[in-house]
Amino acid sequence: MAVSDRAATKASETPRRQAQRVTSRRDTKRAAPSIGADVGLSDDDLREMYRLVALSRAVDERMWVLNRAGRIPFVISGQGHEGAQVGITWALRKHHDWVAPFYRSIATCLTFGMTPRDILTAQYATAADPSSGGRQMPGHYGDHANNLVSVSSPVATQILHAVGIALAARIRGTDQVAATFMGEGSSNQGDVHEGLNFAAIHKLPFILVVENNGYAISVPSTKELALPDVAVRASGYGIPGVVVDGADVLACYAAARDAVARARAGEGPTLIEAKVTRLTAHSSDDQQTKYRPAEELEAERSRDPVPHFRERLRDAGVLDDEREAAVLADVKAAVDDATAYAESQPNPDPRTATKWVFAEDWPSEAPPVDWAAEIGFYERIERAGGDGSEASGH
Amino acid sequence: MATKTFIEAIRETLSDEMRRDESVIVLGEDVGKKGGVFLATDGLWDEFGDDRVIDTPLTESQIVGTSIGAAINGLRPVAEIQFADFIFPAMNQLLSEAARMRYRSNNGFGLPMTIRAPYGGGVHGALYHSQSVEAFFTHVPGLKVIIPSTPRDARGLLRTAIRDEDPVLFFEHKKMYRSVRGDVPDGDYSIPFGKAQVTRPGSNLTIVAYGLMAHYALEAADRVADDGISVEVVDVRSLRPLDKETILGSVRKTGKALVVYEDNRFGGYGAEICATIAEEAFDYLDGPVTRVAGPDVPGVPYNHVLEDWFMVNPDKIEAAVRQLAAY
Repeated sequence: MAVSDRAATKASETPRRQAQRVTSRRDTKRAAPSIGADVGLSDDDLREMYRLVALSRAVDERMWVLNRAGRIPFVISGQGHEGAQVGITWALRKHHDWVAPFYRSIATCLTFGMTPRDILTAQYATAADPSSGGRQMPGHYGDHANNLVSVSSPVATQILHAVGIALAARIRGTDQVAATFMGEGSSNQGDVHEGLNFAAIHKLPFILVVENNGYAISVPSTKELALPDVAVRASGYGIPGVVVDGADVLACYAAARDAVARARAGEGPTLIEAKVTRLTAHSSDDQQTKYRPAEELEAERSRDPVPHFRERLRDAGVLDDEREAAVLADVKAAVDDATAYAESQPNPDPRTATKWVFAEDWPSEAPPVDWAAEIGFYERIERAGGDGSEASGH
Repeated sequence: MATKTFIEAIRETLSDEMRRDESVIVLGEDVGKKGGVFLATDGLWDEFGDDRVIDTPLTESQIVGTSIGAAINGLRPVAEIQFADFIFPAMNQLLSEAARMRYRSNNGFGLPMTIRAPYGGGVHGALYHSQSVEAFFTHVPGLKVIIPSTPRDARGLLRTAIRDEDPVLFFEHKKMYRSVRGDVPDGDYSIPFGKAQVTRPGSNLTIVAYGLMAHYALEAADRVADDGISVEVVDVRSLRPLDKETILGSVRKTGKALVVYEDNRFGGYGAEICATIAEEAFDYLDGPVTRVAGPDVPGVPYNHVLEDWFMVNPDKIEAAVRQLAAY
């Protein structure tokens, strides 16, 4: 971001907002004995956060390998977003607070309790996929057991779900916080205005996290936003808006920790904007070199949160060769295990495809003829061992 | 058993359910102190307060979207859309989110939530306070769509809606709010979804209708009875899930079907009823499956002459009955 843009942003903020802005420490290389201490994180916390960042990257990279190998048809990636997602999600309480994620939320989902197996079974769309049982495209995560709301494809709709969760938390007195995550492109949807307005009116325990990677598929943020920062919109709702460097995991954590504290204290919502980079194309069906210059893509590698966090922890002595090797071995084993598991899982049974339109079945609505049965579809699938790729005739 | 207006039955059901279950909340535009523009929520704010009776901004998408979230986190929201005509800003939340949440999560998430909305014409409401919007929603698997026609049904079906584990759209014909009265049993009774009701037995012809049209159908049936035309009337009540059995049973008996709906004709909900009858009762038919429905113009015009021209009424239904009976 240009210096003048930052100045313009700051000029529109109150002193209090400025105080809440968490600045980047990316260039700070100080060998402090305990870098997590000032934000209340132990060295064990930091190592676990690093494991999650590295795991998220490794799962994500595996998805691309499987896609290019023809094993899975589609990938939508979170590479470049992991630092912000782990840092912010770490501030929330698992199995208590709620998150409404979006399609790049691999690291958020892993931090909040999902496993690499959960993520990869979704990539393979198997029956065991906890997000949807193979019904949704990959990237549409969700897991009730881990308080992660099911993701859809129309963007930004999830903000209202998180606001509603926060409303219920307030009414029921549960002390829960609800957070939602989205890109800056999604932040322009009308639901974002409606959600922030309502959450601010009622001072709901709610956090909007905007992961600003500068692109909405191919459209640069200069054509999506009239100002460089989404966070300044917060002032229009009378709530704090915070900009953080998404490559700075600890800054992201600190911003989220403050927002969570505000939310639990009944002081209302916070908008956190994490400036991240999108290291991959929008999806496996996109070719970003068509609209992003090579120099930009090269320069953006310097904003990769993974090496940034690793170096910071190594400089601080939290990670050393041995510990790092152990983390990477653990990550590799988890990803290999998840891949083998997902590969071995059966497809969903098409006879179950009418299940769960509602909590109960309505046989009175059944069509007079099941044409799939008429053409022998179910038998062919069964003969093919549940693999419809040949049996379906396509 | 007491006689109540349609809107009294709704209001009392809301307060009964809120007393019975503290997870039930009401939200919408002007539902608080004012008690709603039709007074369907009158008195609820006094009794249950700000936390459970929430005046929202003029943001229909938010009303539905936050209801989804509240339902995820342990509440049973009953949202009011002030007029069915204003539900369209919430379409994405209703169609992409509410309707699909259970299916897309493979039963991971269910949404026990009710959306109430007054619909229908004949009240000088013009294009934007008169619409029948049910067909937009009956088309979408995952939404239950209920249209009661009597105070008794309103109470029994609204109870079922609020206690249901899935999203229910509950449309109330605004012309019936104070013009329709009826006996409402005391006590905690409910009416299951997916059950149509034969409101008048007959042998020559079946009228299938719902909402205000279910009343007009009875009136038309009365008028032709003296001429020896015996009309059976089926009140659909539960548009989705649909009770095909009752409708098909009646048509198989009478051999003739007249489907009546107030919405404009093309692609309206009644078209699905007609298709079902044609597909599943063909061998029993003694005449064409026939419709009386609103004209295909983009709304109910305001001037009273134009509005009368638009509205399906007992005269139009009677004419269609006589024509079909003579076929």
